[in-house]
Order: sequence, then C-alpha cells, then structure tokens
Amino acid sequence: MNQDRRIRVLVAKPGLDGHDRGAKVIARALRDSGMEVIYTGIRQTPEQIVDAALQEDVDALLLSILSGAHGFLFPRIMEILKEKGLGDILVLGGGIIPEDDVPELKKLGISEIFGPGMSSQTLINYIRENLSQG
Amino acid sequence: MELVDEVRKGSVRALAKLITFVENEMPGGVEAMEKIYPFTGNAYIIGITGPPGAGKSTLTDRITKELRSQNYTVGIIAIDPTSPFTGGALLGDRVRMQGVSSDDNVFIRSMATRGSLGGLSRATSDTVKILDAYGKDYIIVETVGVGQDEVDIVRTADVSILVVMPGGGDDIQAIKAGIMEIGDIFVVNKADRDGADRLVTEIKMMLGLSSTEREWTPPIIKTVATEDQGIGTLVEKIKEHREFLVKSGTLAYRRKERIRTEIIKIVEHEIYRYMDGLIAENKDLFEQRLESIINKKEDPYLLAKQVIEIIAKRISRNTSV
Repeated sequence: MNQDRRIRVLVAKPGLDGHDRGAKVIARALRDSGMEVIYTGIRQTPEQIVDAALQEDVDALLLSILSGAHGFLFPRIMEILKEKGLGDILVLGGGIIPEDDVPELKKLGISEIFGPGMSSQTLINYIRENLSQG
Repeated sequence: MELVDEVRKGSVRALAKLITFVENEMPGGVEAMEKIYPFTGNAYIIGITGPPGAGKSTLTDRITKELRSQNYTVGIIAIDPTSPFTGGALLGDRVRMQGVSSDDNVFIRSMATRGSLGGLSRATSDTVKILDAYGKDYIIVETVGVGQDEVDIVRTADVSILVVMPGGGDDIQAIKAGIMEIGDIFVVNKADRDGADRLVTEIKMMLGLSSTEREWTPPIIKTVATEDQGIGTLVEKIKEHREFLVKSGTLAYRRKERIRTEIIKIVEHEIYRYMDGLIAENKDLFEQRLESIINKKEDPYLLAKQVIEIIAKRISRNTSV
C-alpha cells in the first residue's frame, strides 16, 4: 500500500514571547486535518527553527509571533532558509502583525500572514492548495 | 539514487529527504535502502521506552548532551503516535530537546507511528540505517510512550533502556510482564520525588523473581533528567553494557536476530501490500463475499485461503525468470 504523502508542518514561535496558546490551537487543528505537525515550543532562535525545518524535512513552516519582533525575526529566518537551500518551503506567518507590515513581509518570500479571527479551515485549505501547486 | 551519495557525502538536506522518501514508501525506496545497507553497522543503537510522562525526551536530550561532551555524534528518532481517526500527528518531543537541537552534530527526526501494519518498525529501522550510514556514532530511538507491550524496540536497539517514574499510581503496573523483560538498563527518572527508592526496590524484586539465568544484571539508575543528575552514570552503564555485549558475543547474536526479524517483517509487509492491493482492486466482490460470510453462508477461512492463493500466484508470476 503506497501511502499518500503526509504533509509535514513545523509550527514555531521565534523570539521571546511566551504565549503559545494560539500556536498550539493551530498545531492541533492541523493535526486533526491529518497533517503531521512538529511543534518546537516557545523562544526559538531563527537558527533553531531553520535547523528543525531542515532535519524534519517539512513542507510548510508556520511562524507565530505576538511580540512585534516580526520585522527583525522573519527576515532573519528567511535569510537562513535560503542559505541552507530551503527556499522552497512554504512559509506562513501568524499572530499579531499589523496590516501595514504585511507587504514588506511578503516581499521576503512569506506567502501569507494569518491574523486573529482566521478560521483554522482557511489555513488548512491554504496549505493544501499551495502545496499541491508546488 | 543520488540522495544516497549525497547522504554519504554528509549532506543534512539529503539525509532529511532520504528519510522522508523511505518513510513515504516512494518508488525507489527499496533500491535506496539496498544501496545504504553496506554502509551500516557502525552506529550503536540505544532504545528508550517507558510510559508517557516518564521523561523519555528530556532523558534523550541529556544523554545526547553527555555523548556530545565526549565528542560522539548522535542521531535521534523521536516517535509519537498518529491519530487513528484523522491520520494526523502532533510531534512535540523536540520541545524537550532544546539543549541539543541546534548542535550541528545532532540530528533529530520526529516520526509518527502512521498506524500501518509493521509500518513503524519498518520506517524506524530504515531511518536507523540511514543515520548509521550517514556516520552517526550513536542513534537514540525514543519510542512512543506506552506501558505494557512496547517490545518492538528490542528488535531495533542494541541496548534497551526502560524509563519509569515514581508516583504513577501503582508503580510497577507500568512495567509489568513483557516490558519488564526487555530492559537492559532501568532508569527511575524524577528520582527526587517520593517513592523513588521504593520503586527501585520493586524493580529489583521483579528482576530477582525472573527465573531466567542472566549474564547481565540490569542496573537500576536513579536520575533527575531536568537537573542533570545521574546522566553520567547512565551513559557509563550504556557503555559498560556495550562492552558486555561485545565480549560475550551477544551483540553479534542480537544483530543476527534483528536481521532475521527484519527479513520476516519485510516479507510480511510486502504480502500485506499485495493483499491490500488485491482487496482494493476487487472491492465489490470482496464486499459481497463479506456479506455472505456475515450471513454464515461462507466462512472467513476459505476466503483467506483464496486470497493467499491469488497472492502466491501473482508473486510467482512477478518473480519468475
């Protein structure tokens, strides 16, 4: 029996904020949709996150940030991802990120930013659609 | 199979990709493993098992740190269960392996059980081989936290470490019967809690009661993994056990037995795949026959026999020269 390729997703919280309820809710929703979700816990450095993405060979990387440090941490993560040849991973952001910052983040290669109030199903559909294209 | 060459050259990316490739049973996976096989046999494989919450991940983290301080490279396979309902899995063992997760000489891979027949042991032992061929000195397999029947680990590991903790209600309940016999080393983790000494005594008694003559008496080590207590002793014991295995010839014997079991597993798995394919192809007919079996017009044994006959025919057709 040739199993369907399981979608593997890394959910990570870069930086210093310690609130991961949202990230856990997302992780659980993705698991319930049949994905394999690797959760790395809070307070991760960009290097740790990229290492985990590399070793776990994930299809998508979800970054949750509430502290306002996205302007610093996201570019750094994208930079290391590219350095390590992981530019093809689908990267999504979430948490508290001002609308005004979104275009800049997308320019870095982050595919989409999902803010509060988004339904889990929207995210699940987004991941499925964007991975099947790639 | 370029991935294998890349792995041999030390590419972490290729290592991660090859594991996925084999885990997903992609066409060409068997060929990749055939190519990997000659490069295996150098790593030492540590299995860590025990009930959920005993601290297996933290212990894995600390053992790895200790091995790293002695300059060994380490590969970790951390297994968590797949939901039987959704097929999804939440793999959270990395959270407790922060101490080593950014060390370039440590490779951690989370693996879901995926619930397929024999699937776990197959994917796990393939991943062990890949990490071995990659050049890791030690490979730690942290099993899914189960209590009573986790004996599969023995077939993959050179040394099996059984982790328990005090205060889990009826302590010994967690490690009865089959699982008790697989421990080469026992660890009472969270030993700063009440009842640790009693648990040690209970394990000792159970080991003493076992009627089989043992050349190796499993040591019982108290650890507090979060405080780094007892880890040095544990790693020493792992090495002592390794020496014992080598000197007594048990290691060679175990590895031979492992290959024996593995071959059977591979065959089982192949037959399972044939069966699954056969049933899927003849879904309607199968459902019909199922109905008549339920209604006692037929019996399951006859149908099973027929399925086996068809599989045998197919296989002989495929392998005939």
